[in-house]
Amino acid sequence: MELTGSQILLEALKLEGVDTVFGYPGGAVINIYDDLFESSIKHVLTRHEQAAVHAADGYARCTGKVGVAIATSGPGATNTITGIATAFMDSIPMVIITGQVPTPLIGNDAFQEADMVGITRPCTKHNFLVKDIRDLARTIKEAFYIARTGRPGPVLIDLPKDVQVSSHVFSYPETVNLRGYKPTYSGNIRQVEKAAKMILEAKKPVLYVGGGINLSAANDELLKLAEMTRIPVTTTLMAMSAFPQRHPLALGMLGMHGTFYANMAVTDCDLLIAIGARFDDRVTGRIDSFAEKAKVIHVDIDPTTIRKNVEVDLPIVGDLKDVLSKLTGCLLQKTELLEDLIDATEAWRGMVAEWKERHPMGYRSSKSVIKPQFVIEKIRELTEDNAIITTEVGQHQMWTAQFFQFTQPRTFLTSGGLGTMGFGLPAALGAQVAFPDRQVIDISGDGSFQMNSQELATLVQYQLPVKIAILNNNYLGMVRQWQQMFFDKRYSQTVMELPIDFIKLAEAYGATGLQASKVEDVEATIIQALETPGPVLMNFKVSREENVLPMVPAGKAIHEMVLAS
Amino acid sequence: MKHTISVLVENEFGVLSRISGLFSGRGFNIESLSVAPTQDPDVSRMTLVTRGDDRILEQITKQLNKLISTIKVVDFTDEEFIERELALIKVATEAESRAEALRIVDIFRAKVIDVTPKSYTIEITGAPAKIDGILELLRPMGIKEVVRSGPVVIGRGAKRNWSA
Repeated sequence: MELTGSQILLEALKLEGVDTVFGYPGGAVINIYDDLFESSIKHVLTRHEQAAVHAADGYARCTGKVGVAIATSGPGATNTITGIATAFMDSIPMVIITGQVPTPLIGNDAFQEADMVGITRPCTKHNFLVKDIRDLARTIKEAFYIARTGRPGPVLIDLPKDVQVSSHVFSYPETVNLRGYKPTYSGNIRQVEKAAKMILEAKKPVLYVGGGINLSAANDELLKLAEMTRIPVTTTLMAMSAFPQRHPLALGMLGMHGTFYANMAVTDCDLLIAIGARFDDRVTGRIDSFAEKAKVIHVDIDPTTIRKNVEVDLPIVGDLKDVLSKLTGCLLQKTELLEDLIDATEAWRGMVAEWKERHPMGYRSSKSVIKPQFVIEKIRELTEDNAIITTEVGQHQMWTAQFFQFTQPRTFLTSGGLGTMGFGLPAALGAQVAFPDRQVIDISGDGSFQMNSQELATLVQYQLPVKIAILNNNYLGMVRQWQQMFFDKRYSQTVMELPIDFIKLAEAYGATGLQASKVEDVEATIIQALETPGPVLMNFKVSREENVLPMVPAGKAIHEMVLAS
Repeated sequence: MKHTISVLVENEFGVLSRISGLFSGRGFNIESLSVAPTQDPDVSRMTLVTRGDDRILEQITKQLNKLISTIKVVDFTDEEFIERELALIKVATEAESRAEALRIVDIFRAKVIDVTPKSYTIEITGAPAKIDGILELLRPMGIKEVVRSGPVVIGRGAKRNWSA
């Protein structure tokens, strides 16, 4: 039987296991939406295409499945760019489908035409323009395969309107054959054996762990490796939920706003074991003094990350789950040496404990004004362990990473690489669609929240009980902090002069709004929000000029921190 | 250091922009680039000349390999290879300099492929250094225009340097 292009698309999505898509209709996708009208695929209508992509991204981050978003041609499609770039930087598996003007009009500057394949080339893992319906099924198969395998990433399919309406026999290929794309999954055993040897000989080893652990679902293997060797673990922003932060071996985050003890441990270590991390500049600070005494083992599925920013003594290309289970297997065969290692590194763990004691993570608490860190600690205390936390970007994001002690994988969804304000609310929306029964909380700032606040409408429409905690300081806080520290307190364009009534805003959309202005209101507000059905916005009036500390000033080595007094 | 890299890619639309975009987006230098289909019509070969230290070259080859449309990347710098470039050179020739131009053409085993009362157009193939050489000698006569193809390379011996 022949199907139209848009029918082929929906059938293929079902065969890929897609039951939910996020999107926004328009002229160039109207046929797809007509077929969605009676489809078993659930469509969530956001209020902006950027939010549709972030929602699909949030859905993908917490489930591990491929997130799918649909937008129309031209402005609909260009609105997806920030969402796509966000997913690309954090290696999130997504398929984005954009409508395109009919093939005969491509290149004619037609109404709502944009060269999406050209625009998204640098921010997708791969992209396709389907000009012939005979290529459609194979293209969708390849798009999903590319998105979810190897180092995951977003893939865009640009689908001209005439291809959507033309017909062809639907046959979905069983396999893909991409001769230029064969990711390496299996880590080289000789390299793994060398890594085991280097670990067993180390005196001051540190595990430096990135988002790859969540992407490869290697959380158990990581925990096993850490516990077996008793090597302290520091995590990047992308990996805060990859390793239980209350574990005695957890050092918390490293880098620009890392803990004192994580940064000191990395600076002083003699072996740095980098796993699924990419030596981002926010992690390394001044690159030539980053872990300069250490030998470096770097495990990653993407060979380009290896030796991109730092020299590596032992590279291992492969899937983290595979490499880590081989590595623990290797170490288990050497029980005596493992015991020797634990003895030999006793002093090192003592040193790390001393650093921890000297400068623990903390802040100056207050009885008169709400401290943003206090709100985060309270949210942690009052929510379930499997609650999904999203953030926007800025001070509140760093405080969440620092003070919200994540214990379960894929519970912290944040824009790490691109640093996208406006990510958290739609990502929370996507997460709540994926897990209707779990608590989903967007920790936000008053600046970021306004970048996608229209998604309150989506939350209300679908009765998604996302709770939003705005840590409201009436500033663009992170930029203000830089201006205070490095620009002589010249607060150029960072004061949000107009005090928004967020409660009324929430109520205008049909959501609940709660205000907390005093320290003693905090706990009750959170409890009330969690107990109120449907979406709730909490506006916490927090201490205005609080800074995120520790902080490594730009261009400094990571041990040169400005610490909390 | 200068490197000549041969990249086999899927012969499909937009691949050239993926490769050139990769170079511009990551700040890699690109000196010359030539593209044409291979004996397999589904595969094109790009030969490009770039410069950089070992670390940059490692990134360039890895990033090229990472592209889905890339089938194989060979950095010929460390291998035995033959390199050829084609140049078309339009040189001003007055009555007194014609004989000299022909002598130079003869020495370099080049060819005159078009003649006007005031110019010769010369065709030459060879390693890029040879082309630099003839240009040096022709320059005093007045070079009006030079079109160079950029080098193409092939590995020495019977072995095929790629399998797709």
